Amino acid sequence: MTSMIPCGDFKTGYSADTTIFPTTTSRNMVIFGIAVLCLAPLVMDKYALSLLIQIGYLGIAALGLNILVGFTGQISIGHAAFFGFGAFTSAWLVSNLHVPVFFAIPLAGVLTTAVGMIFGLPAARLKGLYLAIATLAAQVILQDFFARASWFSGGVAGTLTEPFSIFGFVFDTDERYFYVVLAYVVVMYILGTNLMRSRDGRALVAVRDHYLSAEMMGINLTKYRTLSFGISAFYAGIGGALYAHYLQFVSVEGFTILFSIQFLGMIIIGGLGSIMGSLMGTAFMVLLPESMQWLTDSLAGGAIDRALDLSNSLAFLREMAIGAVIILFLIFEPDGLAHRWKQIKAYWKLYPFSH
Amino acid sequence: MKADTPIFEARHVSLRFGGVRALTDVSFSIDKGELFSIIGPNGAGKTSMVNCISGRYTPTEGQIFFKGQDVTGMTPNNRAEIGIGRTFQNLALFGHMTVLDNIMVGRHHLLKNNFLTGALYWFTGARTEELAHRREIEEIIDFLDIQHVRKSIAGTLSYGLRKRVELARAMALKPDLILLDEPMAGMNLEEKEDMARYIVDLNEEYGMTVVMIEHDMGVVMDISHRIMVLDFGKKIAEGYPEEVLANAHVKRAYLGEADDVLSDEDDVTVTAPAGKVA
Ligand SMILES: Nc1ncnc2c1ncn2[C@@H]1O[C@H](COP(=O)(O)OP(=O)(O)OP(=O)(O)O)[C@@H](O)[C@H]1O
Ligand SMILES: [Mg+2]
Repeated sequence: MTSMIPCGDFKTGYSADTTIFPTTTSRNMVIFGIAVLCLAPLVMDKYALSLLIQIGYLGIAALGLNILVGFTGQISIGHAAFFGFGAFTSAWLVSNLHVPVFFAIPLAGVLTTAVGMIFGLPAARLKGLYLAIATLAAQVILQDFFARASWFSGGVAGTLTEPFSIFGFVFDTDERYFYVVLAYVVVMYILGTNLMRSRDGRALVAVRDHYLSAEMMGINLTKYRTLSFGISAFYAGIGGALYAHYLQFVSVEGFTILFSIQFLGMIIIGGLGSIMGSLMGTAFMVLLPESMQWLTDSLAGGAIDRALDLSNSLAFLREMAIGAVIILFLIFEPDGLAHRWKQIKAYWKLYPFSH
Repeated sequence: MKADTPIFEARHVSLRFGGVRALTDVSFSIDKGELFSIIGPNGAGKTSMVNCISGRYTPTEGQIFFKGQDVTGMTPNNRAEIGIGRTFQNLALFGHMTVLDNIMVGRHHLLKNNFLTGALYWFTGARTEELAHRREIEEIIDFLDIQHVRKSIAGTLSYGLRKRVELARAMALKPDLILLDEPMAGMNLEEKEDMARYIVDLNEEYGMTVVMIEHDMGVVMDISHRIMVLDFGKKIAEGYPEEVLANAHVKRAYLGEADDVLSDEDDVTVTAPAGKVA
């Protein structure tokens, strides 16, 4: 494993060693990237912007799942249910307790955390397949709860909710809401990065890598496994709440096990145990169906279209493509996009001596 | 260096796994500041004993006392907090973490930041705290000569280096009692000499009480203050190195098998318990 720091770049203190970014260039690149994104609403069409917003709130939830699965080594096939819980909770807080949306979103995150911990507590004592089944139970129970508790979710009719606003300024268009999501993404990803470079984040990874010696280092396994569920649910809850106030409508149908598996797909493709990988994987999963659409559109009317009946089987093709991509990633790129990205960077840094 | 307050005591410890008697009625005590070795043939119960001390196993019968407190039923993570650290016979590093992070995990019970203050890093003093501990573990890194692999992923290191990083991680706990399960297994002569010197230093300079399991009799006789011999889960001898060496039971049960090894090492100063490695 070679370090990515260019030669000649010697660190002059330990503090320089613990910064988020390995070099000032990489930090400036990220700041530049965020600045460019701030211009997106001015130049992008509504549709592209809605994709970016999707990547944002899904990416937040995906990071939560990555902390649980990638960093702590647990498994969860109920993440979408927590995402849904966050969405309903935020909507419920706004309409029943008249909490301003601004506060309802973080509050929904906190309440989802509590629910995550409740399900996490027994799960923290289980491993492998048993754990998977326990989280499946969380998925089923919560989904059932959404369907039955109409006081909470609005039942089959779903819940209408208000847009995000600060001091009367309403973020009800994609152009405006984009900035809310962007701010949340930046903050949540910075918090996640900080967590992973401080005491409790290291403890989570230690539990994943070698739980027996983690315990010998003073780490309480049950506490950290449960905590991991809590943190993961927090991210899911925030993501879900942002989703609720984007669409301003939450329906009970959306939060299925298939959605949970898509979250798993995002972090596998992005890279298990990689913060930025979570965002890359989410972008990939959101954009993949779009590119399928684009592909079928451009083939429309041709011989291939007529032979395969593309326009009618589009939905089916999308699912197939997503499944195929996950399998291909598992086989050829088990470390995910984040790893590939590092290698591309290394290639350019070392060019022309990379072979 | 050797005060006479026992820091550790095992009272009539027995451990059974179904029909297997890993330990049978073992009692012994260790004084503060001692370098205490446990020897015995394969399967004698040495690791089982260390596991009882570190809390990985709970004795079927008997009690474990540490600093005068009965810790028999205490969990391993709580034992880390009261001052027991260890390394493992089979490498047990956090394979995907850097060496630095591995050692920082050893600081877990000494650090105060948590998932909230840690996530807010700059605003809660977490950064300052992390840096202060980082500075302290740098001292351990220098002591064990692993500066060059600081940033490496632990799982990619050579066997000898991994053993050293594991020792560094255990030292980072600042334990009063450190348990070393075969710290020199699989090392070449030079690496063994280095490791022996580290162990003596960590006993003498860092003031840690050491319990060491080791098969290399030359090193054991050379650096141990006292030795306990286990055979088939029973204690068959305990005492100063020269006493143990002279013990007839030991000769038959254990050293007899290693006669040729011993004659090779005849010139080693087997009678100087506190001596440094030649
Ligand atoms: N978890 C366990 N389950 C069942 N039997 C065990 C377990 N741990 C140890 N034993 C048994 O207890 C006995 C003592 O084992 P132990 O590992 O303590 O020996 P040891 O002295 O450390 O040997 P070595 O020198 O090979 O490391 C062995 O017979 C072993 O098979
Ligand atoms: Mg052993």
